[in-house]
Amino acid sequence: MSSIAAKRSVGAVLWEYLTTVDHKKIAHLYLFGGGFFFLLGGIEALLIRIQLLKPQFGFLSEETFNEMFTMHGTTMIFLAAMPLLFALMNAIVPLQIGARDVAFPFLNALGFWLFFFGGIFLNLAWVFGDAPDAGWTSYASLSLFSEGHGIDYYTLGIQISGFGTLISGINFLATIINMRAPGMTFMRMPMFTWTTFIASSLILFAFPPLTASVFYLMFDRLLGTNFFDVTAGGNTIIWEHFFWIFGHPEVYILVLPAFGIFSEIIPTFSRKRLFGYSSMVFATILIGFLGFMVWAHHMFTTGLGNVANAIFAVATMAIAVPTGIKIFNWLLTMWGGKIKITVPMLYALGFIPSFVMGGVTGVMQGIAPLDYQLHDTYFIVAHFHYVIIGGVVFALLGGAHFYWPKMFGKMLSEKLGYITFVLFFIGFHLTFFIQHFLGLWGMPRRVATYLPGQGLDLGNMISSIGAFLMGIAVIILLVNIVISTVKKQKVSNDPWEDGRTMEWALESPPVYYNFKQTPFVRGIDTYWIEKMEGNKGLTPAKPLDDIHMPNNTIMPFIISLGLFIAAFGMMYNPLNQVGDGKPWAIPVLIIGLCITFGTMLIRSIKDDLGYHIPKKDLTDDEHKGGVAS
Amino acid sequence: MFIFISALFLSGCGKPFLSTLQPAGEVAQRQYQLFLLSFSVMAIVLIVVITIYVIVLIRFRRKKGDENKIPKQVAGSHKLEMIWTAIPILIILGLSIPTVYLTFYFGDVKGMERVDEQGNPEHLVVNVRANLYWWEFEYPDLGIITSQDLVVPTGEKIYFNLKASDVKHSFWIPSIGGKMDTNTENPNTFYLEFDPEKADEAGNLFYGKCAELCGSSHAYMDFKVKAISRDEFDRWVRGMQADEEPELTTDLAMQGKQLFEENDQFSCISCHATTAKDERPEAARLGPNLADFGNRTRVAGYLEYTKDNIKNWIQNPEEYKPGNLMYEEANFTDEELEALAEYLMSLKVQE
Repeated sequence: MSSIAAKRSVGAVLWEYLTTVDHKKIAHLYLFGGGFFFLLGGIEALLIRIQLLKPQFGFLSEETFNEMFTMHGTTMIFLAAMPLLFALMNAIVPLQIGARDVAFPFLNALGFWLFFFGGIFLNLAWVFGDAPDAGWTSYASLSLFSEGHGIDYYTLGIQISGFGTLISGINFLATIINMRAPGMTFMRMPMFTWTTFIASSLILFAFPPLTASVFYLMFDRLLGTNFFDVTAGGNTIIWEHFFWIFGHPEVYILVLPAFGIFSEIIPTFSRKRLFGYSSMVFATILIGFLGFMVWAHHMFTTGLGNVANAIFAVATMAIAVPTGIKIFNWLLTMWGGKIKITVPMLYALGFIPSFVMGGVTGVMQGIAPLDYQLHDTYFIVAHFHYVIIGGVVFALLGGAHFYWPKMFGKMLSEKLGYITFVLFFIGFHLTFFIQHFLGLWGMPRRVATYLPGQGLDLGNMISSIGAFLMGIAVIILLVNIVISTVKKQKVSNDPWEDGRTMEWALESPPVYYNFKQTPFVRGIDTYWIEKMEGNKGLTPAKPLDDIHMPNNTIMPFIISLGLFIAAFGMMYNPLNQVGDGKPWAIPVLIIGLCITFGTMLIRSIKDDLGYHIPKKDLTDDEHKGGVAS
Repeated sequence: MFIFISALFLSGCGKPFLSTLQPAGEVAQRQYQLFLLSFSVMAIVLIVVITIYVIVLIRFRRKKGDENKIPKQVAGSHKLEMIWTAIPILIILGLSIPTVYLTFYFGDVKGMERVDEQGNPEHLVVNVRANLYWWEFEYPDLGIITSQDLVVPTGEKIYFNLKASDVKHSFWIPSIGGKMDTNTENPNTFYLEFDPEKADEAGNLFYGKCAELCGSSHAYMDFKVKAISRDEFDRWVRGMQADEEPELTTDLAMQGKQLFEENDQFSCISCHATTAKDERPEAARLGPNLADFGNRTRVAGYLEYTKDNIKNWIQNPEEYKPGNLMYEEANFTDEELEALAEYLMSLKVQE
């Protein structure tokens, strides 16, 4: 736990990461964990597009194709997009609000390890044969029908990583509510913190329905219950409701933090404060709220009836209003500014038209009678990729470039960044723009192939070529990361020179205790205010004093490992529907749960009071810790 | 640019028997109008955003000499923010009117039960049953059942009862109208109408698809719709109602029939009926009804209609529709396959 940069062995570094409870290190873990799954999901996407390159191409079998797109969707949503956002939230939010860490550092580590073990468990499905094949939505009649253990990997893996997400979400809520520096009222919070706050509350309300329904499905398949078995009085429509009551807010869990990232990037590189801050906050809250009111628009063709369809149609379209407010506010933030085009800004600029296109097709789908034609076609595939890539992935890539110096103390190459952006942007539009039309021409989604002579050949080929461009762009990004890591050049506090929020007052990367003295906040864009007044750092709110720090611990890792082991026991329990129950399964289940709950028990009994950094060490420390001194 | 490209795609491409952009029935026509309306409104929105965006990018780039200039820090503008809140609300209110109206309009299935003075149903009703990878079409008022090929008269409303017998599917004839799911627990109802002229242009044959992921052969769960005039339809119905198999003319076909009914390896008749009047309950109708098989347009819903394909399908159904519930593969001899195919191809209710 020393701030002295001494060379350490690989084992020591590994141990440090396995036991860390520091939000900045957990951010690294999320970045590499999520990045790994992002690459996996990307490879799956490319395999999908190879199969669809030409009609009746036998590159993948139908079964493998179904597994491929199921895993692509599940991986990208649960194991890539969300963790990568968590990486940026962990890295930045505590710094933006002037905190020394998140509210519950132990839980923060636990959240990561649960996500990671859940993700590994899910992907072991590839290794052991049956991957999930009922789509990421895993609709109940099909998922009960699915042979082998594929769906069981899905339910157990999602359940474990879902616990992690829920824990992290609650942690951010507690952090943002309780740990803001003096003077930082809610209406002075940076937008990224605001959107993290709203996204976390969406997690709080959206994940329990998912947990419940996934439990039902798991029990149906593994313990012989009949929640979804129609012949035994169950109901499969209820799965659709449950899933989308989670699934729709999930979209906003992803896209709100993306909005937050752009709300940091755009003002920074326009050298202007965010236009209409309070309407942005209001719009964020409204989107979060409406996000829960519109789940049935995924079910217009399920047959809920005219009244339900009409109500949900209008409610869905209403979301366009707060989203529109945001778009125009960003445009007006740039209006009158001094726009500097850096790589993060490029992503923000690429985002605006792309996301608006995804948004307008969203309104079109909200029109229920039109959705009867659009639903479950490639039009939908095009729409949500415009939203998720044009919104979330652009934010992740832009945010990664933007915060890379803050997280690692090094810059990513701007030149390689431009190339990545251009290839990715062109590839993205090439892939997905044509898919709107493929849908309108009658191509259903999730088809393993299509027949020649139906007018779908050329469009699919264009789409596949675009996907490859995106693949190349990601490879260049990886090269960029490697080059930057090897380089020795360190960067200053404020490498973009126009940083506005408090994180830019800290060293890059920040010292392990973040702020030497808790800063005092005098308005929106704290650091900008100080800079404008000619100060070199933040004004401290309190005199220098001892800092209380938590101890590292391996327990979160062990707790998660226990659930990972228990999941195998659960899957092979003798009651399972597949009928390959194993005698060792019950003991394994029990051992796994004992590991988890035993570790929790030890954690509750054993006091760990952490340690203090004495005041004297702090005065001797060469790090400034954000303070103007 | 996007809008220009869009216009290009809207006018060209797509096939009349499949594309939603070339509607061939009242429902699809109205949905297409709705599409054009919302597309135009959204195109305008996009143009406005992109115009402001381009202006911003041209006018407010940081130029040489700007390195230390600090622009005015504007907090916001009440007036502007009100404008871009109010305009979207108005647009959405505007779009809501046709949305709500058409939701109820398309959802109106009261005509289903309407009867004329003699107590005969006024409209044709078809019960659609979706199965792992085949479709059954039952005409309850006419007492006939077909599979894979849906036959309908043009120029009138046809009502559908939709359900699934194993997993959820979705019934969709893109150029005729939007889709509706076939659930496992309860029937859904809706109607479609086929335009006589447009049907003529499309060669009286439309393509239908399953739109909901239903397993490995989801992509192959196609069906065909023969849209013919009312007269022709009535003739077809009379033929189907005759409840008799056509005379078999060749020895080979006779041999096939025998094999079809008495084969001890796989007795075809235990799942497949060969006449349209199948009195068995739904649960016993395990395979597609093969009445009028000789007039089918496709084998197994998607393969070209040739004798070779029929033979290959009988021998190796798993290869063509993985995960189907027929059987994985059979070991018929070449002669047996030839006879079975000959028999099936001779099943015609009319020439």
